[in-house]
Amino acid sequence: MSTPIMRTLFYASVVLLALAAPLLAPAFKTQMAFLWVMIVFALSWDILGGQMGYNSFGNILFFGVGMYACAIVQRDSGLDYFPALYVGMVTGAMVAVGFAAVLGSGMLGLRGHYFAIGTLGLGIAAGEFASGWDYIGAGSGLLTPLFPGEIGGRETFFYYLMFAIAAMTFPVLRWLYAGRFGLTINAIRDDEDKAEAMGIHTTLYKTAAWCTSAFFLGLTGAVVGNMIGFIDPRDVAFTGATYGVWMILMAILGGKGTLWGPVIGAVVFHVTQQLFWTYLLGWQRVALGLLIVIIVVFFPLGILGWARERWPERFGHKVQQDLKPVQGGK
Amino acid sequence: MDSIQLLFDAPILSVQLLLDGLLIGAIFALAAYGMALVWGVMNLINIAQGEFVMLGGYVAFFLAQAGVHPLFGVPLAAVVLFVLGWMLYRAVIFRVVDKDLFISLLATFGLSILLQQLANEVFGADVRTAESGFGTLFLFDGMVTVAWIKVVAFVAALLAGGLLMLFLKKSRLGRAIRATAQNARAARIMGIDTNRVYAATYSLNAAICGAAGALVAMTWIIHPYLGLPYTARAFMIVVVAGLGNIAAVFTAALGLGAAENFAGFIMGAEYQAGFVFALLVVILIVRNAWLHRKRRYLQ
Repeated sequence: MSTPIMRTLFYASVVLLALAAPLLAPAFKTQMAFLWVMIVFALSWDILGGQMGYNSFGNILFFGVGMYACAIVQRDSGLDYFPALYVGMVTGAMVAVGFAAVLGSGMLGLRGHYFAIGTLGLGIAAGEFASGWDYIGAGSGLLTPLFPGEIGGRETFFYYLMFAIAAMTFPVLRWLYAGRFGLTINAIRDDEDKAEAMGIHTTLYKTAAWCTSAFFLGLTGAVVGNMIGFIDPRDVAFTGATYGVWMILMAILGGKGTLWGPVIGAVVFHVTQQLFWTYLLGWQRVALGLLIVIIVVFFPLGILGWARERWPERFGHKVQQDLKPVQGGK
Repeated sequence: MDSIQLLFDAPILSVQLLLDGLLIGAIFALAAYGMALVWGVMNLINIAQGEFVMLGGYVAFFLAQAGVHPLFGVPLAAVVLFVLGWMLYRAVIFRVVDKDLFISLLATFGLSILLQQLANEVFGADVRTAESGFGTLFLFDGMVTVAWIKVVAFVAALLAGGLLMLFLKKSRLGRAIRATAQNARAARIMGIDTNRVYAATYSLNAAICGAAGALVAMTWIIHPYLGLPYTARAFMIVVVAGLGNIAAVFTAALGLGAAENFAGFIMGAEYQAGFVFALLVVILIVRNAWLHRKRRYLQ
């Protein structure tokens, strides 16, 4: 990916492959749609976790909020299926952003592990309250409307919808990281006090970063709710123990703080999971806990971080080649 | 808001709720004290705290199944969890103890999921309780009922906490632990094997949580998923009380127990867990905003 032509070719082939995928492997449309979901998860977690150094354990909140907001619009607006879905998606994303903006100033004042545990509490509290609130179906959940098209069209439609969201997330984040915004949030990660002393309005930038994350998660939540067709407060919407942990794990696995890391992590994780998960027969969550411990303890740099240490010159880091061995040393 | 009206109509109900809350608060205090110990000595926040409580509860439960009185489960759970804590330290924790806080946080979070799901697979998701066979205490002409076991558990929790405090104060290892908390490097220079001290601290924490869990199994219920609320409670108690102030930890724990009981009554029992986590968020934000006036933050 050194020259612009190579890069364009690479992106074009990825997009072509993604567009052709439902035709190539029609039996796996839902699984492939979830691949895009996972990529959006990992990318949106990495905005805060990797680029800004705020490790959120509760980003699932925005996912669930978007899902519920969309389902409520679909239920109560009285529009036809597709207009209701699109209005619902936009509403879901906006409500999620609203949550991030309101919670942002308070929560993002917390630092380090306080932020991590505070957001963990936020995600679980949301699930608990959702399962007690009758307006959104309480513990018995909420059904999304039936897809009107022919059989099989539903999977294809949601595959392309999810692909569109992922294909929007990546360039937007790429553009954000390349500019002033990316530099600012990296400065906050490296030393927040100094960044503030340099005259950066840190709270504003932190909240904006969280809102960006919430926007994509809310949008994804709205789609996933319809893709699954049934919203359970704890097992589909505010799934802290599965999606909520996976998004952290995927970003770390791929290499947090990089643009491609979360994408790679999501692909590796999702493919491995689809291949092996069914053989674990109910022990999946035990394996998940074990996997977290192993990855965090033995592989905290992630795939890209490891590659960067292994071949620094490929990542634009200058390596001094002519180092002479110290006499008597190694 | 019928339930608030009910509280005003029958003030004796408040006494009942308050008493229940205060009695459970002592058990929260044990878990919080353990968390503060590990946090202060090792600079590590143990998310698996609640899972130790849960496993301690299962020790008491299985002891009761075997026909032994579950009260003997308190020391037994402490011993079993001490061994488990030592093994976990040797396997995982010592690798993350001097790393970035996020790494240790996530590693213990992974342990928490692992233990929780293992318990779910091995013991099943059923709600269990270890029957103690003690009677009920009637106060105010039978208007307020308190199960004797709650009083016993309260006393036992006080006793366990007192023993731990005495151990830290008087014993050689306890002194080493306190020295390491003050300055790990200086302690190493003085010939203290800090790695061993860390292992002992982590295991002691597991043991005290295990004892708390055995009390929980006797007084209330246990199931594989009760861990995270206990971690959240321990964390917020420590945030309010600070590290190393046992009286404050105890007071905050009793206050939390009472607050939770009242909230559960007023909002309905289905919101009680939600209330715990929401309160955690509120406490963190308020505490931080308080410090922010002096341009400081929680750290």
